[in-house]
Amino acid sequence: MLPAPNGSLPDPATSSAPAPAVEVEHLVKRFGGFTAVDDVSFAVAPGELFGFLGPNGAGKTTTISMLCTLLSASAGRATVDGYDITTQRDEVRASIGLVFQELTLDDYLTAEENLRFHAVMYGVPRSQVAERMAPLLEMVGLTERKGQQVRYFSGGMKRRLEIARGLIHAPRVLFLDEPTIGLDPQTRAHIWDYVDELRCRESTTMFLTTHYMDEAERCDRIAIIDQGRIVAIDTPDALKAAVGADTVTFATADDALAARQLSEAFGIEVVGQNGGLVVRVPDGEEFVPSAFGVLTVGVQSVSVRRPSLDDVFIKYTGRAIRDAEAGAVDQLKMNPMVRGFRRG
Amino acid sequence: MDGSIAARTPTEAAPTPPPADAAARRQTMLTRNGRTIAMVWQRELIRLRRTPTRIVTGLAQPIIFLFILGAGLGSLIQQGVPGGLDYQEFLFPGILSMSIITSALFSAVSIVWDREFGFMREMLVAPVSRTSIVLGKALGGGTVAVVQGLILVVAAPIVGVHLTVGRLFLLIVSLLLLAYAMTAFGIVLATRIERMESFQMVMTLVLQPMIFLSGAVFPLQNLPTWLAVITHLNPATYAVDLVRRSVLPDAPGVEIAGWLVPMWAEALLVVTIGTGLLALAVRLFNRTD
Repeated sequence: MLPAPNGSLPDPATSSAPAPAVEVEHLVKRFGGFTAVDDVSFAVAPGELFGFLGPNGAGKTTTISMLCTLLSASAGRATVDGYDITTQRDEVRASIGLVFQELTLDDYLTAEENLRFHAVMYGVPRSQVAERMAPLLEMVGLTERKGQQVRYFSGGMKRRLEIARGLIHAPRVLFLDEPTIGLDPQTRAHIWDYVDELRCRESTTMFLTTHYMDEAERCDRIAIIDQGRIVAIDTPDALKAAVGADTVTFATADDALAARQLSEAFGIEVVGQNGGLVVRVPDGEEFVPSAFGVLTVGVQSVSVRRPSLDDVFIKYTGRAIRDAEAGAVDQLKMNPMVRGFRRG
Repeated sequence: MDGSIAARTPTEAAPTPPPADAAARRQTMLTRNGRTIAMVWQRELIRLRRTPTRIVTGLAQPIIFLFILGAGLGSLIQQGVPGGLDYQEFLFPGILSMSIITSALFSAVSIVWDREFGFMREMLVAPVSRTSIVLGKALGGGTVAVVQGLILVVAAPIVGVHLTVGRLFLLIVSLLLLAYAMTAFGIVLATRIERMESFQMVMTLVLQPMIFLSGAVFPLQNLPTWLAVITHLNPATYAVDLVRRSVLPDAPGVEIAGWLVPMWAEALLVVTIGTGLLALAVRLFNRTD
């Protein structure tokens, strides 16, 4: 299941393209009898913003944990920044930044101390720590709070600090595991602004997991993952195009007449819905002008809706992401980021 | 679960780099790990400074013991304790040891906290060896314990213990040794313990018997046989005795079948046990992912 080529990004599958930032081949993770990640293969191009979209328990975090060398793979292989995740763990760790799903700051240290601690562990030269820290703090809007202990910070501030921390050693690949989970919409928007700014400025490859559709929309490419398998992988537009039909909704003066006219002229099914007429056509924007050509009744409004990622998710998995989540609650216990450090 | 977690230390996993790079690479890793040890150590001190309640509670218990228990029981023991010492005088180094043992063990608890609050993961995913994290923790915990112990030294003149510079120096060395061994022991416990609640239980079941069976609060002479056997098997006994004899040259000292154990042997025993425990802590820590 190789990614389809697209205009803006180099296709990682061709040999002339630069080496992929992340390359995964037939990766498998089993916990006892349960297969959390089931034969997953994909590649992420350098500088790409790549997203894993799926419900909780789909295997997103497990995959990230393996790529970050926190969990060992049961089968298959993967490289990050060209380093093998099993045989070159130290090199992998040095090339990545990781923003965890849960907060991992020391509450009793100040923002600055948390960053400094991280910089030391990642071998940032002493002379460079301050000059790297200042612009990052500025970017996440915490310059004035840098001397304050993190326990006085709000959830959003902590999250922003974590993102800054993940970047202080200038990683080649930044992994963001549900970076905006549990945050209010305003903070989420802010964090996305930072992510975009970072991509422009540092051209860091970003690999994120999310179960928010609107966040997945922002990615260059997304992989839809369900029950440990990648069911689709492409740009958000291409995925939506593959679903096919646009939804066109008309509100007219005489719905019954309009419905007859439309179905006679185009041979399509017209459904009365919520006091309007709904038709599904391959290209809604082309369809609307021709529809006006055949309609003799007054049209009050027309709307064209492109398929959403929700539609894409339903197409590939047969259910909405929210329903998938309801069934996956038990599997949260399998979440390796929760379990991995507790001896179980 | 353990089996599925990659338990290799980073050095084992590293590929053989080109020979030219090898030395420079080793140097970088060495510097990074050295700085990490210093940073982990510093973090323990920063945290101590920012939690004044911990300092207060760490001092309250020994002071209550020293002055209330000391004065109360001291009046019972009119003839003094062996070596011609006043009971409070005798108790003072015992209480110092008790304070070191407690705060060293509690410092190691921070590992359980770190795990519970996620900071441990931040350290574990970093490209540094776990050994440096353990060493930093052990140094930090040891320093915190000794600092707390030394605050108590101001009480020495009040209970009639007069310290010379030489004795103070000996005292600091023996407190350091005790703190070292106890922090290592605490880390071993912390790696085996998942939750805070279970740690508190272990503290009660391990800490209190260890203190009370070490001769910290009563002399080991003229004990019933069963108690004498247990106290002599308790390694803490020798550490406490070392602390006591550093401060009180007249203290009788631990005897095994009539042989007075020399202070250097006690120091050697504490260092050996401490090092063994630290090695064990490193091993366990490398395995815990």
